[in-house]
Amino acid sequence: MTPRLWILAASLFLVVSLVVGALVGPVHIGLADAVQSAVARIPFLHVRSPLSPTDDAILWDIRVPRVVVGALVGAMLATAGASYQGVFRNPLADPYLLGVAAGAGLGATLAVVYLRGVDFQNTLPPAAFAGGAVAVVAAYAIGRSAGAGPGGATLVLAGVTVAAFFTAVQTFVQQQHSDTIQEVYSWILGRLPSSGWRDVIILLPYAAVAITGILLHRRLLDVLSVGDEEAASLGVHVGHVRLAVVVCATVGTAAAVAVSGLIGFVGIIVPHAIRLVAGPSYRLLLPLSVLVGAGFLVLADVIARTALSPAELPIGVVTAFFGAPFFAIVLRTSRRMASS
Amino acid sequence: MRKLALALERVTVELGGRNVVDGVSFAVDPGEWVTMIGPNGAGKTSLLRAITGLVPHKGEIRLGGVGTRQLRRREVAQRVSVVPQSPFLPAGMRVREYVLLGRTPYVSYLGREGRRDQAAAAAAIERLDLADLAQRELGTLSGGEQQRAVLARALAQEAPLLLLDEPTSALDAGRQQEALELIDALRLDAGLTVVAAMHDLTLAGLYASRLLLLSGGRVVAAGGPTEVLTEPLIAEHYGASVRVVEGAVIPVRR
Repeated sequence: MTPRLWILAASLFLVVSLVVGALVGPVHIGLADAVQSAVARIPFLHVRSPLSPTDDAILWDIRVPRVVVGALVGAMLATAGASYQGVFRNPLADPYLLGVAAGAGLGATLAVVYLRGVDFQNTLPPAAFAGGAVAVVAAYAIGRSAGAGPGGATLVLAGVTVAAFFTAVQTFVQQQHSDTIQEVYSWILGRLPSSGWRDVIILLPYAAVAITGILLHRRLLDVLSVGDEEAASLGVHVGHVRLAVVVCATVGTAAAVAVSGLIGFVGIIVPHAIRLVAGPSYRLLLPLSVLVGAGFLVLADVIARTALSPAELPIGVVTAFFGAPFFAIVLRTSRRMASS
Repeated sequence: MRKLALALERVTVELGGRNVVDGVSFAVDPGEWVTMIGPNGAGKTSLLRAITGLVPHKGEIRLGGVGTRQLRRREVAQRVSVVPQSPFLPAGMRVREYVLLGRTPYVSYLGREGRRDQAAAAAAIERLDLADLAQRELGTLSGGEQQRAVLARALAQEAPLLLLDEPTSALDAGRQQEALELIDALRLDAGLTVVAAMHDLTLAGLYASRLLLLSGGRVVAAGGPTEVLTEPLIAEHYGASVRVVEGAVIPVRR
């Protein structure tokens, strides 16, 4: 398949996912009605929505924004994962590698515990974002002071160190306030918010800037795949590229985590599944990660919402439960090796 | 006066508190093939790395008359291409994509390769007889084919100076000869200057116009193969007993 065909197929997958995500739920909405309701929202056309005001509200104020957040989070995590795997030349790198998850976890826990009276629904996302950012800056500072390792190995180790420390603090705070475990735990498992367009507005600018920044580096990520030293002899400042990509991926991931909690596995499974079928070149891998990551998470959320309806499964459980066997199948049937 | 392709003046490279290259000076004319020989740890690879700016050095290195300190990294890469000792070949990458990486020094930071770059990569693929393999993944190539892909990448870089670090150590006797003949042909028809580091003394003497014998980070002998490949010099610096017969360095039992 040519790159153009891959992009077309992935775009189609995303569109289908978005439509399924918008229509499927406890209240079923038909495709024709949904389309007509969308047209009715365009001013001056004077088309009446066929949906009842309640269904209209369910579609436009709850389901569509949730689908959009899911698409943004999925695109962000998959793209960040792919780019981390590229700059660290480590197939196991995921978006949480440098301590974003642990830092955001601590930030979220502190918000739940200490700002409970204040309205933690509004303070949790910024607290999680700040925690994630602090953790990665700390990891970067420690990694820098220890000197550059091959393939950014020192930075990865610094990230592991920082993550362990932040997790320890987070666990301690949580143990001291066991009455908040429920809320913290539900955030840690990951869930897409149903709070309307607010989260879209929070996440969109970060995701847009981060994904654009990463996509602009897709050619350089291919150059990095021959190793730091050869990339340098080809005239590339490897450290600059690594820093630029890590900043984009981290800021975007922190924003995604702040809105949706710790949704695991997307950042590893989506890029690797794409590598296995479409090859390792970042020029194709990164745009495909955006499209497939978005569609994958939207579909995972459909399952999370409907499997035990009206109860909701944590979406992180769905991504791993369905993602892992799917990935195993791709791994088995693909003739390619899973090389980064 | 003709510009030197490469000039080193009292170049010293320090690694772990030790001068692995210690005040080396030499000059290479355009079109020459100069091969560095010397025992393990003599400083050959460190010297090559210093030329491309991968390790810091003291002293002065000039490429085509310009000091490397005055050049940005991509400008160095436009002047020097490198075939490393064990190049890292991403298994799933296609030959065509890999050769195109050689154009990196000509593409702006966030830019993409233009028609000129595609043409240069295509020409390099053609020159190294890789046209039939262009869509193949690197991991599926034989050792000799992989070596040709690496050479094609270096050729696409269109740098006047080609550095080779043990270019044939992973190849069988036939492929070694094939690769070296090919490099020599490229040197002649693309007007390249070649600086290599090699372990096989016979092959080194066969293809180089000049040999540099490095030992302990210093140049201890330089000149044509017959001047450098002598039984006493090899005994002293390699600690090896050899017989030199018509340019062939033959090990003998002690």
